[in-house]
Amino acid sequence: MRPSRLFSSVAVVPALVIILIFFLLPIGVIIARSFTDPEPGLGQYAAALADPTTLRVLGRTFVTAIITVVVCIGLGYPFAYLLTLVGPTARTLLMVLVLVPFWTSLMARTFAWISLLQRDGPVSAVLGFFGAENVTLRGTLTGVVLAIVQILLPYMILTLYTALASIDRRQLAAAQSLGANRYKAFWQVYLPQSLPGLFAASSLVFILALGFYITPQLIGSPKEAMIAQVIGQRVEKIVDFAGAGALSGILLLATLGLFCVVILAVAPLRRGISQMVNGGETR
Amino acid sequence: MNERTRIRLPLRIWATVAALLLVAPTLVVIPLSFSDKRSFAFPIEGWSLQWYENFFTDQRWMNSLGTSLSLALVVGVVATVLGTLAALGLRGLNARLAAVAQVSMMLPILVPGIVAAIAIFGLYLRWGLSGSPLGIVLAHIALALPFVLIPVGTALRGLDETLVRAAAVLGASPIARFMQVQLPILLPGIITGFIFAFVTSLDEVVIAYFLQSPSVRTLPVQMYSSVTVETDPSIAAASTLLLVLSTCIILIPRIVQVIQERRAARRQGDVA
Repeated sequence: MRPSRLFSSVAVVPALVIILIFFLLPIGVIIARSFTDPEPGLGQYAAALADPTTLRVLGRTFVTAIITVVVCIGLGYPFAYLLTLVGPTARTLLMVLVLVPFWTSLMARTFAWISLLQRDGPVSAVLGFFGAENVTLRGTLTGVVLAIVQILLPYMILTLYTALASIDRRQLAAAQSLGANRYKAFWQVYLPQSLPGLFAASSLVFILALGFYITPQLIGSPKEAMIAQVIGQRVEKIVDFAGAGALSGILLLATLGLFCVVILAVAPLRRGISQMVNGGETR
Repeated sequence: MNERTRIRLPLRIWATVAALLLVAPTLVVIPLSFSDKRSFAFPIEGWSLQWYENFFTDQRWMNSLGTSLSLALVVGVVATVLGTLAALGLRGLNARLAAVAQVSMMLPILVPGIVAAIAIFGLYLRWGLSGSPLGIVLAHIALALPFVLIPVGTALRGLDETLVRAAAVLGASPIARFMQVQLPILLPGIITGFIFAFVTSLDEVVIAYFLQSPSVRTLPVQMYSSVTVETDPSIAAASTLLLVLSTCIILIPRIVQVIQERRAARRQGDVA
């Protein structure tokens, strides 16, 4: 029994209006401003892309996001794979390990990393134990990547897990009965089927890493700023909304462009997001 | 077939490393919050409750906590009501219109926080919404709506339409059908949506930072400035409290689920 057309239209409107007017309209206005302020045209974009500092920041942001994705895959794939193998009790326990950091306040986690990475902090002590004396990661890109990886790893694991859980493991047994050894069965049967999910999870992590602001701001250094920090500073320090709008336009284009590719190509991202929201159990 | 025996040692070790990286770093805030020093130095030598005392007696921390909780409550309630209505309504629209509406309503998740924050700051300044609680509430509702739509939409897909039709045949009015048949089935999804909307608002830093005024400063913004400006160790106490809160949010539904399953199993045992 579907709701009536009239009810449906009326019911959708309030949510849609709030999102359109109080969220998307401001973004539209600031992007429009990047094309019209101080004069109509692509001047702001030309200026941004001609500035070597901005290009360096953009390059650094993309490289940081790519490194984050690679490390998240390295840590997340085996973990997500393990989640598909264990029994229900162990899976619940492992899920809690993923979901607790996922739900913990971003500021609390960033603060935790600040104290871990500080001068003479626990991370330096561990590095000192392995022979690297007097290394302070706060204020370095390595420190920022470490913190971003920890913050984004749950997104990787949860999105990947939903994809891996839908792969029929009996195919592995079939491949092995046909003479493939375990590794061959994994590489030729399992891995290819997990690629759409891996692609979805990686894109999600990449998109989120591109836009990181708070963590690099508090852990990194201004010398190694990311694009989000430069956007923030443009507005906070020199009240340059048009310039910030142009950089926002570039960041948005990268984010939404990538997202469109993902949405058209794969479904696990959607399932992954809904799983994060629903607390980790496939429904 | 026992799957567990087939898990190889390297996989176990590697997963343990990942698990440690996930959980251990956040736990560091707990000992820090009980330190008797002003600095965040390790190892911690003396213990004290002074940062908790400071957190609960300092007006700025208490005000920001109150501001955050009340904003999050308003955001949670409004976003849950509007999001549930929208999720119900989306099913009655024709497919193309519903798809467009749904994609528009998902966009707030994807837009990088800083882009949303400066754009909203710019326009809200002109509208006189900057520095007011209303401004933060409106922006947070938009940000939280997708997180209500997803679980309620999932719950709706699981709703058996024949139940609603049966209620209609038996003479239930549309309101009675909703209240007595649909709502109880959708309730878990709606509650999940509320929790997520509440946490989204409670956790959001960047928009709240740009829209803040001396009287409207949320807890994460207070934490942010305690790192950048004041280095007030009470942030360790605040972080620990937030960690405990999030752990409860995760664990309570799980524990309830386990108890319900045990009870159901026992009941089945009684019957058998």
